[in-house]
Amino acid sequence: MKLKLRVWRQPSAATEGKLVDYEIEGVSQDSSFLEMMDVLNEKLIHEGEDPVAFDHDCREGICGMCSMVINGIAHGPKAAVTTCELYMREFNDGDTIVVEPWRAAAFPPIKDLVVNRTALDHIIQAGGYVSVRTGSAPDANNIPIPKDDAEISMDAAACIGCGACVAACPNSSAMLFTAAKVSHLAMLPQGKVERYDRAVLMVNQMDAEGFGGCTNIGECEAVCPKEISLDFIGRLNRELIAGTFKAAGNR
Amino acid sequence: MTTQESSDSKFEVKLGSTKLDSRVPDGPLAEKWDKARFANKLVNPANKRKFDVIVVGSGLAGASAAATMAELGYNVHCFFYQDSPRRAHSVAAQGGINAAKDYQNDGDSIFRLFYDTIKGGDYRSREANTYRLAQVSNNIIDQCVAQGVPFAREYGGTLANRSFGGAQVSRTFYARGQTGQQLLLGAYQALSRQVQAGKVKLYPRSEMLDLVLIDGRARGIVVRNMISGQLQGYAADAVVLATGGYGNVFYLSTNAKGCNVTASWRAYKRGAFFANPCYTQIHPTCIPPAGEHQSKLTLMSESLRNDGRIWVPRKPGDDRPAKDIPESERWYYLEEKYPAFGNLVPRDIASRAAKNVVDAGHGIGPLHNGVYLDFEEAIGRLGKKVITERYGNLFEMYKNITGENPYEVPMRIYPASHYTMGGLWVDYNLMSTIPGLFVIGEANFSDHGANRLGASALMQGLADGYFVISYSMGNYLGGTKLEKVTPTDPAFTEVKREVQARVDKLLSIQGDRTPTEFHRELGKIMWDYVSMARNEAGLKKAITKIAALREEFWEDVKVPGSGDDFNQSLELAGRVADFLELGQLMALDALDRNESCGAHYREEYQTEDGEAKRDDEHYAYVAAWEYAGDDSQPLLNKEPLVFENVKLTQRSYK
Amino acid sequence: MQATSALTLYRSTIGKKVIMAVTGLIGIGFLFFHMYGNLKIFLGQEYFNAYAEGLRELGAPIFIHGHLLFLMRVVLLAAVILHVWAAWSLWLKAHRARPQSYEMKRVVQANYASRTIRWGGLVVFFFILFHLAQLTWGVTNLPGGFDRTDPYSNVVAAFQSPLVVAFYLIALFALAFHLYHGTWSFIQTLGLLHKRWDRLVRLFALLMAIVIPGGLALVPISIIAGFI
Repeated sequence: MKLKLRVWRQPSAATEGKLVDYEIEGVSQDSSFLEMMDVLNEKLIHEGEDPVAFDHDCREGICGMCSMVINGIAHGPKAAVTTCELYMREFNDGDTIVVEPWRAAAFPPIKDLVVNRTALDHIIQAGGYVSVRTGSAPDANNIPIPKDDAEISMDAAACIGCGACVAACPNSSAMLFTAAKVSHLAMLPQGKVERYDRAVLMVNQMDAEGFGGCTNIGECEAVCPKEISLDFIGRLNRELIAGTFKAAGNR
Repeated sequence: MTTQESSDSKFEVKLGSTKLDSRVPDGPLAEKWDKARFANKLVNPANKRKFDVIVVGSGLAGASAAATMAELGYNVHCFFYQDSPRRAHSVAAQGGINAAKDYQNDGDSIFRLFYDTIKGGDYRSREANTYRLAQVSNNIIDQCVAQGVPFAREYGGTLANRSFGGAQVSRTFYARGQTGQQLLLGAYQALSRQVQAGKVKLYPRSEMLDLVLIDGRARGIVVRNMISGQLQGYAADAVVLATGGYGNVFYLSTNAKGCNVTASWRAYKRGAFFANPCYTQIHPTCIPPAGEHQSKLTLMSESLRNDGRIWVPRKPGDDRPAKDIPESERWYYLEEKYPAFGNLVPRDIASRAAKNVVDAGHGIGPLHNGVYLDFEEAIGRLGKKVITERYGNLFEMYKNITGENPYEVPMRIYPASHYTMGGLWVDYNLMSTIPGLFVIGEANFSDHGANRLGASALMQGLADGYFVISYSMGNYLGGTKLEKVTPTDPAFTEVKREVQARVDKLLSIQGDRTPTEFHRELGKIMWDYVSMARNEAGLKKAITKIAALREEFWEDVKVPGSGDDFNQSLELAGRVADFLELGQLMALDALDRNESCGAHYREEYQTEDGEAKRDDEHYAYVAAWEYAGDDSQPLLNKEPLVFENVKLTQRSYK
Repeated sequence: MQATSALTLYRSTIGKKVIMAVTGLIGIGFLFFHMYGNLKIFLGQEYFNAYAEGLRELGAPIFIHGHLLFLMRVVLLAAVILHVWAAWSLWLKAHRARPQSYEMKRVVQANYASRTIRWGGLVVFFFILFHLAQLTWGVTNLPGGFDRTDPYSNVVAAFQSPLVVAFYLIALFALAFHLYHGTWSFIQTLGLLHKRWDRLVRLFALLMAIVIPGGLALVPISIIAGFI
């Protein structure tokens, strides 16, 4: 395949970025999108140019590191995959492909396609856990959990924290991410003890990080590689409203 | 490296003079851990906050260790190269985690888990460590459930189990195919809680490039800030390495692209012994490479072998599509060779068999680099619906990657490097040969011997992190007089200078080949000579070739950009440089071990049936390699393995 | 940590959304009855004017003439102010949340209504101002003048102008989209939505989006077409 790439290049956070055009030939249909980027980078190094910086790690769709907006869609045109799971057979010979980073104030740029997503960690740190210290757990089978609840919890827990929801959201909202963690824990008896504190504290942190508010548009759900449902946002809303009326979150 | 003499000296093994003390407590096996815990010195609760501990790595072992030590009151500093602790490669483990809960009432026990693990490791691990692992396995499950890990459940609300990796009891706990992810998120959440409490400081996008010793003790690390490029020293009272395995030495592996040996290797060069580097596990069911562009390999769950039949065409070079090859011309080589276990033989045997048939010209696919895993018979027997229920998501994943529909054409699979049992040598307390340097998780060598059983890696990482390191740390800090040090100490300045010189050197060469090209070439050498089947000639060839490649690397590598900003090529170059040195040691270790055991298979040492043949008389030891300078051969120190509770037997899967 | 209670709801983005949802619900309720009331115009001048006057009698005999209507107007005004304030502050936050926009952005599943909710809201807001100026305050020049005691004539006079009717129809069109997303959205924001009922709720939203603007549109259309 022969492709024309338009890649966002930004040497550092302090400098302005722009789209730069590259031509690339001999791309295998069987290579992943990131492998295509590898080929481009090898070429750039040989030509004495700076290779394109991009985040990636596991390359099997689970670590959540890869993060590219491809032709205007977070993680590219194929549904329910991460960028690393996107294969070049989804494209046609001669295509022009625009590659941009996640864009949000809460994800400041680092270089080229690499952005800083620690804001998502801060949201978890605000309350996305069960406060149980090592050693103080009862026997694992002491608390039976209905299978359906465990399944719903797992649906939410499948979030990989990539931030595609934020990238796709017209408001740059992190609601789906926050909702996934709140729902994962609120579905389980272990997590119910702190559920209202958790919802209030995490939402406060989410707002403080500079993410936008949710307007129920649903682009997050559409690009989520793990198909996290909008339902969880409804659940978060419920938890937050109840938590506010209970004056939770005063830790 | 060009003359015969200098090549020969590369194969020579010199013995070291260190007597390795495993510090295993006396007494009956089942009481050792209790005894150790009682004998351990404690740190007064009010004094814990006076100690700083560095943890490198944020996977299962690192995150759980950091969280647990912070809960106890230590000031923990956690470094990792990813942008969030949640991305460490533990996240990718699919299958599950073992524990001796015996919830299924099927005859499991701590002793049985211990026994299976030590036998699975082909009697090359330390009894006491492995037993402790089995003991704390139950606490791990309790802990994870309390954290909110959504394990699979029965309708009655109790935890579900499955049998995994050929175990005869159902002791594996799982969360769909994402057990590693869920366990890591549990540890990550515990860690996040301690960050909020102010007891853990996180250092994302930070790569440890060296270890700093003061008065012979580990007192800190030198780290490169991957965003600014700045080198920075961090001082502490103890250092814990939880930096994972070195499977990426093969270039193509199931590891994440960033996984590397650098932290361990730097520690090795500062005096920590490297144990059993040749023990590397090759996983039999991965998707074969599709071409030169291939950057990593994807593992398909081993459970596929429950229903899939493995075959190749009988005639070498048969290029007909699978459906055109009649039944009589298909070679179900595993079923033929191992009638009792068939397609379900252990990982190492399945992997080796696949390599043998491919090497003999039976390989299938466009590159002739795989074997078929065929579901036609299973679909006929069980119906497509059942197969979809069992493997639907795996089939989807396969289809996404290869573009082929496994419901219609057989899957193509081939083995890939997956896990490394070897690692830095540690004693019973998980301390390396450098006082104050602890090594946990896959980075150490301790519990799996020469081969790891399925669903045991997660268990070991969390055992070390949640339940062992905190005791060891108390014992070390409570029993050692440590002067306060700061990063302004001359020792830090000196190490930083050395690291800077190395970075500058990498950037100054400006040769013709990229770090990736060197990595790929190293991987090919390792795969050809130091992977599933090894022999003396091949290993010697590997050592010579790697030495030459290493030399070429330092003359011809091309690293673009500067050291003062975000530079992924520079990161990779540093890692490849260390892999080049490690590769040589792996081959040397494999060459020295004149036996076959577990994943280490030497063609010269096989039974009449072609199975691994151990030599317990001469090789029942841990090979702990001691660095002796860049221009000298490393020294081999042996820790004899004593088996008081299990009888050594030959594995048989006929 | 900051204290929270029901009174601090407005601080969080979700709280602001809840305010939008509740005030939006008040708006939907008002619009429905407004639409229903407007249709009485088909029953003739006398009936319609009596209805308009009757509105002031609402709540009798407990409320004095005009008091409940006044109260309702206050609530409605408060709802509009809060709705606009919350929308404005959320828009501001969203605007700040993406300082650098995409060079290329594609929509995957979002519908038109959801993406234009703010623009639709803006159109509706200006429409309301015009509508009130024309038919409540009587500040625009109606042919034949504005008679506070004869709303029927006022309405008929107003809709003689094709320009006015066109503006009304455009605004009602915007309102339809606003209502379609708004109805579904308030249910989601209040956490009442469940995936299983999603189709039903979408249908309900569609119904609202057709019935309310449709009913309201009947009046200007009928007048300019000469039916009234």
